[in-house]
Amino acid sequence: MTDLILQFQGISKAFFGVPVLKGIDLDVERGTTVGLVGENGAGKSTLMNILGGVVPATAGRMLLNGEIFEPGDPRQADAAGIAFIHQELNLFTNLSIAENFFISDFPTMGRVPLLNRRDLNHRAREYLAMVDLHVSPDMPVERLAPGERQLVEVAKALSLDARIIIFDEPTTSLTARETDRLFELIGRLHEDGKTILYISHILGDVMRLSDAIAVLRDGNLVASGPREEFTIDRMISSMVGRDIGNLYPERSAAPTEDLMLEVRNLSKAGISHQINLKLHKGEVLGVFGLMGSGRSELAQIIFGLEDFDEGEVLINGVAADKLSPTRNIRGGMAFVTENRREEGLMMEATVADNLTIAALPNYTSRIVKRVRNSGLATAVKETVEILTIKVNDAFKNEVKGLSGGNQQKVVLGKWLMTEPSILIIDEPTRGVDVGAKYEIYEIIDQIAARGTAVLFISSEIEELTGMCDRIMVMGQGEVLGTFDRADFDTEAILRTAFREHVA
Amino acid sequence: MTTSRLTMPILRNMPLILFVLVFVLFSVLDERFFAIGNFSNIVESSAFVGLLAVGMTAVLLTGGIDLSVGATMYITAAVVGLLLQQDVNYVLAICAGIVAGTAWGFLNAFLIAKVGLVPFVATLATLTMGRGVGLLLTESRQFILPPEMAYAATDVFGVPLPVVVFGIVVAVAVVFLRYTAMGRQIYAMGNDLDAAKKAGLNVVRLTGSVYVISGFCAALAGVIAISQQGSVSAGIGEGVEFRAIAAAVLGGTSLFGGVGAVFPGTVIGVLLVQMISTGLVYLQIDLYLQDMIAAAVIFFAVFIDAQRMRILSRLERRNIRVEKGDAEPPGAKPVPAPS
Repeated sequence: MTDLILQFQGISKAFFGVPVLKGIDLDVERGTTVGLVGENGAGKSTLMNILGGVVPATAGRMLLNGEIFEPGDPRQADAAGIAFIHQELNLFTNLSIAENFFISDFPTMGRVPLLNRRDLNHRAREYLAMVDLHVSPDMPVERLAPGERQLVEVAKALSLDARIIIFDEPTTSLTARETDRLFELIGRLHEDGKTILYISHILGDVMRLSDAIAVLRDGNLVASGPREEFTIDRMISSMVGRDIGNLYPERSAAPTEDLMLEVRNLSKAGISHQINLKLHKGEVLGVFGLMGSGRSELAQIIFGLEDFDEGEVLINGVAADKLSPTRNIRGGMAFVTENRREEGLMMEATVADNLTIAALPNYTSRIVKRVRNSGLATAVKETVEILTIKVNDAFKNEVKGLSGGNQQKVVLGKWLMTEPSILIIDEPTRGVDVGAKYEIYEIIDQIAARGTAVLFISSEIEELTGMCDRIMVMGQGEVLGTFDRADFDTEAILRTAFREHVA
Repeated sequence: MTTSRLTMPILRNMPLILFVLVFVLFSVLDERFFAIGNFSNIVESSAFVGLLAVGMTAVLLTGGIDLSVGATMYITAAVVGLLLQQDVNYVLAICAGIVAGTAWGFLNAFLIAKVGLVPFVATLATLTMGRGVGLLLTESRQFILPPEMAYAATDVFGVPLPVVVFGIVVAVAVVFLRYTAMGRQIYAMGNDLDAAKKAGLNVVRLTGSVYVISGFCAALAGVIAISQQGSVSAGIGEGVEFRAIAAAVLGGTSLFGGVGAVFPGTVIGVLLVQMISTGLVYLQIDLYLQDMIAAAVIFFAVFIDAQRMRILSRLERRNIRVEKGDAEPPGAKPVPAPS
């Protein structure tokens, strides 16, 4: 006899008439960890938002402990013991940890409406101990590392006496060590009998943590069952609806010998030390490093967002005495940042506006600099087609309505339109599903084949070995080693990256 | 990096350092400036701008702004003046004036929290509207106030009454913002509005409350200002919003919400702003130039403050590498002083 804590029965949801969930039936046993996987836009987040009281279902019902459960807002879900740990953490960085725990229900001094700080901190310390985080509850959240913030968020869930805890992509901003710590905690919560719903694109993690796995595709539950019935391959083929033979496209052109970018002895106090690199026309150079290895910082220096103390950066053989993004863009450099939502896109603007923002100067008339719309429109249509961006009307639809993968394609497309000679991409597939990942790799290949030199920064070693001509390994702001395609070896690369980390 | 070890405390205590610097500068330029009598004079005359700045701090914490404080002062003054003309008891008149000013704050609260107007536009409208209401009420006459309204000159245990009122308001504001649930929720909302909604906070009530507080503070400021002047005139509260905002920002309150404190922050900011105006009087600068110079000095101070924030955030960024001679372990950040 199974003890079901939660049942979804025919849950459907449509946004503006577009169905997102099509009658989901799913039973969750008490005390199990259920891994929820699916491509972006498959409906995982929507299903969890319905459970968390963020949006109501259009049809169907949920049973919690056998009783009908219809949360009207997130607080009702909280009260029912359901905690939702969002991908973007909902912590107030300017307040202390303890204040974050009790923000909607502060303990007061009896009748006096003043905060009982001693009680507040005392209770907060208990919950922090549960997640094994030993910092003062008085500490402002802004001083915590991303991994610690995640633990605080979990502790907050525990403070609400949550029985069901939903994790939505909890590891995207964590280092390897922080991830291990989180998994240890999830294991402990599991032993304590909590029911856990775990959403992730990292299928290995899902295999490791889950008792049962549910796969969503296009709003349908396409596979579910105990973990033993699944392999990563089966998860992928269920998610995509077809077998993916290759995770990475064949590279269609070989790199040339023309030097496009050269960095000589670049140093910046506290950030980088004696960095040398060469990037050729048509080459994809991978930069691998653990979180905090200085790879993104290097990209920012090269692009001119940060200054440097010593060394030289040569673009097309010319040493620039001062780097600036404006000058770099004019010189044919492009930078796709790690953080596409905040830095790479104007969420409220249309797809077309986002695509053309960097390329506008190429489409203006000579003297008055008036934008010539006809040429622009054709270029936008072409780019949307080449990138297979799924959008009804690129000129009317806002970027925020697109799925994560399509948003990333818009960011790439923006720089494709300027036809850059050097392209720096930082974590282009983070938070992107398997199918869209392949498309992004294809785009990168095409960009390189057209003669662009690509600097590909990533913390996913497999995509670098799959896509790059060479891989440079960084750690603590230094270059720890460089591998040629013939010598690619995941273990050796990882070992190099960890060299200074293990001690 | 010894330079950062030195610059960090300097940058973090910039408001205080700026305060001392300006004080020393004026004292050197004119020896009469450096006197106890003058200093208490500065404190006394900062009371009404200070009251405005306290309310403004609460508003800025939510990421909003209240441009209508000067008009609120004028409405309060007009109501008090009119009632006194009708021989109403002065205590009653003052109470009525404060109610009228607070009501104006309620209007802001309604427009911004309920109707959803942008604070800048809403309070710009109520600023113009409020001046109009004041002119309509007084028919732009000037009232000379009866002697019992000169209470601002009275002392409580040797401290001038306006300073006592300011002190009480500061104390109440500190307790409210730091030690009540609502105060902390105001900080939370200023930090992340969406997260505040998700946490189930009543953002309409919280947003509204700061404009009511600001209205109440402006009303108190109006009552004190007319008492100090001995008359009600159309010029009351003109241009004070600039000084109130400048004082709060100089004291470390962010215009983007979520960061700032009434004490010591805003209090130092207020004294600094007032000291600059007073100092210019002492130096016998041309009356026509004083406003310009005061504005320029305040602008400069705010500019320095903006630079400070930029440098601070850069210095507080985590280092990846351990440089030679740097004792800090990787990833460790210097611990800022508790705010």
